[in-house]
Formats: sequence, structure tokens, C-alpha cells
Amino acid sequence: MKPFVIALMAFLAVPLAAQDSMPPAPYAYRQLDDPRQEAAAQALMETLRCLKCQSQSIADSDAPMAGDMRHQVRMRIAAGEEPEAIRAWLVERYGDYVSYVPRVSTATWPLFAVPLLILILAALILRRRIGARGGE
Amino acid sequence: MIPELGLAALWLAAALAALQLTGGAAAQRGDAGDLAALVRPAAILQGLLALFAFTMLLWSFVVTDLSVKLVADNSHSMKPLIFKLAGAWGNHEGSMLLWVTVLSLAGGLIALIERRLPERTMQATLAAQGFVALGFYAFLLLSSNPFERLPVPAAEGLGLNPLLQDIGLAFHPPTLYFGYVGLSVAFSFAVGALLTRQVTPEFARVMRPWILGAWVFLTLGITAGSYWAYYELGWGGWWFWDPVENASLMPWLAATALLHSASVLAARDALRSWTIMLGVVAFSMSMVGTFLVRSGILTSVHAFAVDPERGSFILALLALYIGGALLLFALRAGTISEGQRFALLSREGALVFNNVMLSAALGIVLLGTLYPLLAEALDMRVSVGPPYFNPMSAVFVIPMLMVMTVGPLLRWRHDNIDRIRLPLALLVAIAVTVALLVGLLASVGLLPMLGLVLSVPLALAAFLPLKGRRLTRVPLATWGMVIAHFGVAVALFGMANESAFTRERLAAIEIGGTERVEDWQITLEGVDAVAGPNWTALEARLIAQRGQGEPVRISPQARNFWTPPQQTTESALITRWDGQLYAVVGDQTGDGRWQLRLWWKPFVTFIWYGGILVALGGVLAIAGRVLGDLKRRRVAARSMARRSERGRLRGAAQTAGDRA
Amino acid sequence: MKRWTLWLPLGLFAFFLGLAAYQLTQPKDEFVHSTMIGKPLPRFDLKPASADLPGAKTADFTDGKPRLLNIWASWCLPCIAEAPHLASLREQGVEIVGIAIRDRPEDVARFLAAHGNPYTRIGADDLSELQLAIGSSGVPETFVIDGEGTIRHQHIGDVRAENVPELIEKLQEAAQ
Repeated sequence: MKPFVIALMAFLAVPLAAQDSMPPAPYAYRQLDDPRQEAAAQALMETLRCLKCQSQSIADSDAPMAGDMRHQVRMRIAAGEEPEAIRAWLVERYGDYVSYVPRVSTATWPLFAVPLLILILAALILRRRIGARGGE
Repeated sequence: MIPELGLAALWLAAALAALQLTGGAAAQRGDAGDLAALVRPAAILQGLLALFAFTMLLWSFVVTDLSVKLVADNSHSMKPLIFKLAGAWGNHEGSMLLWVTVLSLAGGLIALIERRLPERTMQATLAAQGFVALGFYAFLLLSSNPFERLPVPAAEGLGLNPLLQDIGLAFHPPTLYFGYVGLSVAFSFAVGALLTRQVTPEFARVMRPWILGAWVFLTLGITAGSYWAYYELGWGGWWFWDPVENASLMPWLAATALLHSASVLAARDALRSWTIMLGVVAFSMSMVGTFLVRSGILTSVHAFAVDPERGSFILALLALYIGGALLLFALRAGTISEGQRFALLSREGALVFNNVMLSAALGIVLLGTLYPLLAEALDMRVSVGPPYFNPMSAVFVIPMLMVMTVGPLLRWRHDNIDRIRLPLALLVAIAVTVALLVGLLASVGLLPMLGLVLSVPLALAAFLPLKGRRLTRVPLATWGMVIAHFGVAVALFGMANESAFTRERLAAIEIGGTERVEDWQITLEGVDAVAGPNWTALEARLIAQRGQGEPVRISPQARNFWTPPQQTTESALITRWDGQLYAVVGDQTGDGRWQLRLWWKPFVTFIWYGGILVALGGVLAIAGRVLGDLKRRRVAARSMARRSERGRLRGAAQTAGDRA
Repeated sequence: MKRWTLWLPLGLFAFFLGLAAYQLTQPKDEFVHSTMIGKPLPRFDLKPASADLPGAKTADFTDGKPRLLNIWASWCLPCIAEAPHLASLREQGVEIVGIAIRDRPEDVARFLAAHGNPYTRIGADDLSELQLAIGSSGVPETFVIDGEGTIRHQHIGDVRAENVPELIEKLQEAAQ
């Protein structure tokens, strides 16, 4: 009904009460010097969920904790760690919730099975609707 | 007194909706007589009463009647008039009243002017319409009375939150409601046609303007919301696949599919049960979206207007409307014949293909939106976001875009591939050229690449239906299609460019320092503290220069509101024809420098221009259809008049002859 | 179309209704729980967050005695609310190690002076490193750590009066 009103309320509402006075972590708002590493970090950050906000990745959140997560991600990438290893490290701590890239697991298989079903269903409908009548 | 008048009108309107329902239902059994004759007047009167009730609510807000609970909670005597008015629908109760008002006005309008369908189908439609309205009246009167009085009038209203005093916030939600209401009218027509088994091209023609209208409003709503999120959130994102965004996208997808299948039904008398099904699905998506947003079942933390009781009520309405319609569909659809046949390679073939693709994409969005809910019920937590939605929906959207490029070139019924071989070869050549150019000049991800490659031929092909025609004689509705399809290409081009070529620069710079992003040079001149009515802000003075061009001053702000305490970023934008520079100022670092976030987003504005073009296409199509109907009506009236004239002449001649 | 396919939409819709109705009745769990329960504490060595108390490191937790690890900050309002209950835990002999998230020493000192000090050590986690490593998603949170340094329990949100016996029970379980 008011999708965007609420979306915005959600996005904008960073209560001051939970705000600290510390400057942000060094790499929260600073890019890595190596553009390749920065691109890898950016790609990873866009798929990690901010734990303090609604439906935002850590790549687009002003929450201090998201800043600290960005710092961690950039530091680890700079240290040569693989993006997927960093994701695995976070998933080990927060569960699947922290990652926007669903793994195929007992918890998520329908997310992949249902689209396959939809694909088959779509093919069937198309065959019925068009294929069988093509010869008319 | 005024609120009581409104409440009384609401009760009366509810009674009339009940009358409309029983009258229409009795007409289906064939023994209605007098009752059936009351259906149309009841619908018209109900619309007027609802309008009256809503006007009374508006009036209570205009005069800030603080004895009314809703006014005391959501308004303030010091508010500017426009926001007092907007306050009337900027809350749960008022927005429900606005919804039901628009709904019953639409019903009244149909009752007043729509004469093309068989009377029994019309009565069934109005009965369905009364049924839907009755549910909302029950909701309002039993659990969300907007006219509720306070035992003691409040001294002053609570609603002076300037964050919510935004012209966008005031008019964005009603835009979406209008879309939802339009879909509910289409739903009533579908149910009416299903009840009387009169699924005819005429039915599709009658339903079409309502679908188009709903679709235009939804398109505008989504476009505006997207731009607003882009502008407000300070990170340059324009679509987050947030549940609330999906809640508005799903009805749009369904409406788009419905629109095209109704066109097939109107033109060729095919896809009968499919169109009915989509009519039901489109409205159910608006209701599901409403439910998800209002019940707080998905957006939990920052819930606004969320209440489990309301959630249960909406769910009950959803069960009644949609469950009932789907049951009816299961029972009846088997007895509705499929209609005309057509070949694979035909306009219908392409439209059916894209209908199925749109429905499949809708299925993906629905699955991804609801899946976290399902996982939670099984005590698991998962996140579904862009990395899921983007590729999964692309599986269906990319083939759809391809077919959309050639579809309008095809003839109805069946066509020959040889006839369109030349344009087809040209389009493929263009696509390959774009692919080669982009592939050689840049490294681009698969999805943005496909977007770029498809958007250019699609933009060109959109105009091909005009080829060889006198432009002044092309029907408005055809112009509508051309513009809307072109709009889709424009938006796609913007999206693909934005995700492929955005340049980002995050930096901490001292006063006087300079940063570069793409071919822009941005200098930080200074940072000032500025104050607004209920906020203070840090405002950065930036000078941006592109290449050797004219320097432009911009001043992004970081605002701190104190009632309620919130932080917002006010980004500063410089718009050029080929993109936007997006600048945000952040915190000060430990060593006294300032955080700046700078983006160059090539062609990002095309996303919203595209959305506006799509809506414009819809408006042209409505105008074309309605004008066409009026013309047909005039012609019919004239021929009727001529016939009766002739009859009269003949009668006169006869009398004269008799006399002679 | 086959008859059964016509019932498919209704079936799917009924499934959605069931799910939605069930979820409406369920209390909403907003918290992201740590999945580190039962696993050893991650390695850390944090500098002191205030001048008067030592910092904190993993080795402090492996002397055979169960402890609480309290993640807090001087800028966090619920932390003020939980201060008296942490004090009552302290009075009952519970050792609490504090981890101050993104905090300045002077603010920490001011907070402790105003609301009391239940801590034996406070480590300064300026970049939320330990917080991330332990799977905590907010302040305040309290973890029960057993004598071998294994994480046994996570309490999300401020500790209230009713949580005090609960935490003591968890500590006793951890001691066994």
C-alpha cells in the first residue's frame, strides 16, 4: 500500500541513540588502492546483508556495523583472502541470513527447484497454447 | 457533527453495497425483477456516499478537528493546508477510506455509463464489485473507523513530523491505490464474465481501459518510488528487491500480462480463460502486497502502520475475494471454450509467449519474496536478495525482451517468417554490433551486456509498426504501444549502463582537496553547519568540473533531525544528458578530513525517463480506446437516429398515402 | 485444459493462506542469532578500553571457570538499563568480561562512573572485530563462556531482572 513510504522509513531510520561518536573504521568509506581488489570487495559487499538494517547490503548502508563489516571485507581481500572464504567465514558466524547469495542447501533447495518447475510449466503451457495448434 | 455525518454515510454506503451484491446475485438466478433493477442505482449512490464520507474526513483534517482521533494522531493545526489534506490519507484508516472511495466511484462510473455488456454480466460484475467494497466497508466500520472520536479532544495534534511532510510522500501512496483499485475493477469484470460465461471480446474491450489505467498508475508509482529511493538513500541504488518494492512490482507484472492478454481477447477472441485467470491474479497481487506491507509479516523492524489485527482482517478479505474467485475459476473455467486458434508465428503467438514469461517472472518474484517467510515457519533464516532475483528473473525476462522486439511486426493469426526476414536480419546485425563494440571496449558482466545488446534493437524495433503508415492516421492506441515499448527499451538501456559503467569514488579529503571520478573533478571548498526547522546539517560546498567545462557548485548535506532523532543524507546531483554525478558528504575522519562519496552514473536517468514513457504510452492507449469507443457510440447513435428518422418518414409517407 | 490444473491456483493460494495465517500468529523473532554456540571463542587480544581495567584476550577464558562476555558500549541506551542487573550478577559472584564496541576511553570511564562497574576486564573492540567474529549483531549482547573457552549461550538485548537467574543457571550448566 505504501511500499515506498515504509521502505524509506526503514532505510532512513538510523536511530541516533545507537550512534557512536567514533570515527568510522579506516576502510569503511575508503576504497582499496588496487582497483581489481576493490572491485572484488565491492562485488562481495553487495551480496552481504547488513545485520542492522532492512533489506540493504553492507555496500549501501550507513550503519556503523556495516562500516566495520566493509572494513573487514576490504582488509581481508587486501590480505589476499578469497571472497568466497570471507563469505563462508561470515556464514559460519551468522548463518545463511548474512549472505544474499542463497546456497543450495536443505533450507534453500525450493528456491532453485521451484523456478525449474516454473520453467517446465511455462514450456508445457506454451506447447499447449501454441505448439499443438501450429498445424491449424 | 461532521465526522458523524461521514460515519453515517459510510454505513449507508455499506448497506447499498450489500444491496448491490444481493441484487446482482438474485439476477443470476433469474428471479430478480425489481431487485436487479436497483443494482445500477445502488452502485452510483454508493459511490456518491463514499465520496461524501471521504469529503467529511478531509474537512475534519482541514479544520483540524482534534476531537477526532485520526486527526489528533496525524495532523497538527500548524501544518500547511496541503499536508493537512495529505494527512487524511497518510495513515491506515484514511488510506483505506480513500481506497474504498475510489473503488466505489469506479463502480458508480461503470454503473452509469457501461452499456456494452449483456445486462446479466453487468449485474454480476457490479455484484462482485459490491462484494469487494463490502469487505472494505466492514474493515473500516468494524476495526478501523476513521471517524472515531476521542473522549476528550486533544489539545494539539501529534502529526508535525516534517520528515513526512514531503510532497512525494503525500502523493505517492494514492498513486499506488489508484492502480490497485483499477485492478479490482478488472477483477470484478472477470468474476462477472466468469459467472455468466460471457467471456467475449466485448468483455475484454470493456475491461481494457481499467487495466490500462491501473497499469499507468502502477508504472508511475514504481518509477517515482525508485527515483526517490535513489535520491534519498545516499548510496545511488535504485532498486533493492525489498519486500515492499516487490509488493508494488508484482501487481505491475500481473497487470502487464493481463493488459496484453486482454488485447488478444479483444482483437482475436482467444485466451479466454487465461485472461480471466490473470484478472484474478492481478488483483490478488495487489491484495497480497497490501497484506505483506500492512501486517508487518515481512518488514518487521521498522514497521509502520503495522498491526496483527489489521493483518488478520486483510488476510480474511484476501481469502474471501481471491479464494472465492479461484474456486469459481476452478469450477467454471473448464466450461469456457478456448476461443479462436492461431499459429506459433503470429502476433498472438508472441503475446502468449510473453504472457507466460511475465507470469513466470511474477512467480519468481513471489517465490523470492515469500520464501523467507516459509523458511522462518520452518525455523530457518535465509536472505533472498539481488543475487537471486536478478539472474532468476532474467531467465524469463531476456527471452521476453527478444520476442517483444519482433512481436509487434507480426500479423495476427499466422505469419510468414520470410515477410519479416529483412527487419529481423537488421535487428540481429545491430545487436551483434553493439555486443562487439561493448565487448571490445569494456569488460562487462553478462546481465548488463545482455541488457545493452537487447535495448538498442528494441528501441529501434519499437518504431517499426509505424513503417509505411501515414503518421497522422496511425491510431492513438498504436502510438501508445510504440511509446510504451520504446520506454521499456530506454529504461533497460539506463539500467544496463548504470550497472555496467558506474564509477565509484569513496575518499576522505581535506578542505581544498580534489578528487576525480570518471572525467569529473570535484573540489571540496568547505563544510558549513546549517540549520533547518527541526534539523541541523553539515553542508559540504563542492565545485564539480567536467573536463574543461564550466564548474558547477553543489552542496550535499548530512542532516540530523531531532524530532524524531534521525539521520538522513541529502545527496547532491548534477544531471547531464548522458548521466548523473551523485555526491554525498559523510562524517569527518579522525584526522580532520571529510568523507565524500562520489559516483558517476552513466545514463542512469534513462531508467526513470523510460518509466515515464511507458506510462505515457499507457495514457495514449487509454485515450485512443476511449475516443474510439465514443466515436463508435456516436456512429451507433447516429445510425439509430437515422433509422428512426427513416421509420418516421416512412410512417409519415404512409399516413400521407393513406390520406391520399 | 485438464480439470486438475484448474485447481492448481486455488491449491497454491490455500498454501499461501495457511503460511500467512500461521506466521501471523507466531511471535516475530527479529534477532539474528549467532551460529557460534558450542564452538570455541575466536582468538582475540583486545587492548584495555579504560585506564583502570585490563584488556581482554582469549586466554582469559580458559582457566576452567565459566564467565559472561558482555558486549556493550557507552553510547548504547539499553546498556544503561542493564547496568543494575549486571551489577546484581556481579554481586552473586559472576565474573563479567566487557567488550566495549567502538568506544573512547573517556566515554567508557564516564559511563562506569555514572552506572557502576560490573566488569573485571574491558577490551576495546574499535572495529567490531570480535563482535563479528563471535557472531553478535548488536549491542548489548551477553554470551556465556565455559571454562574451556567454549561459547555456550547467547542472550540478545539488554539483561533484565528476569534474565539474571536464567544466566546464572546457564553458567552453572557450563560449569559442569
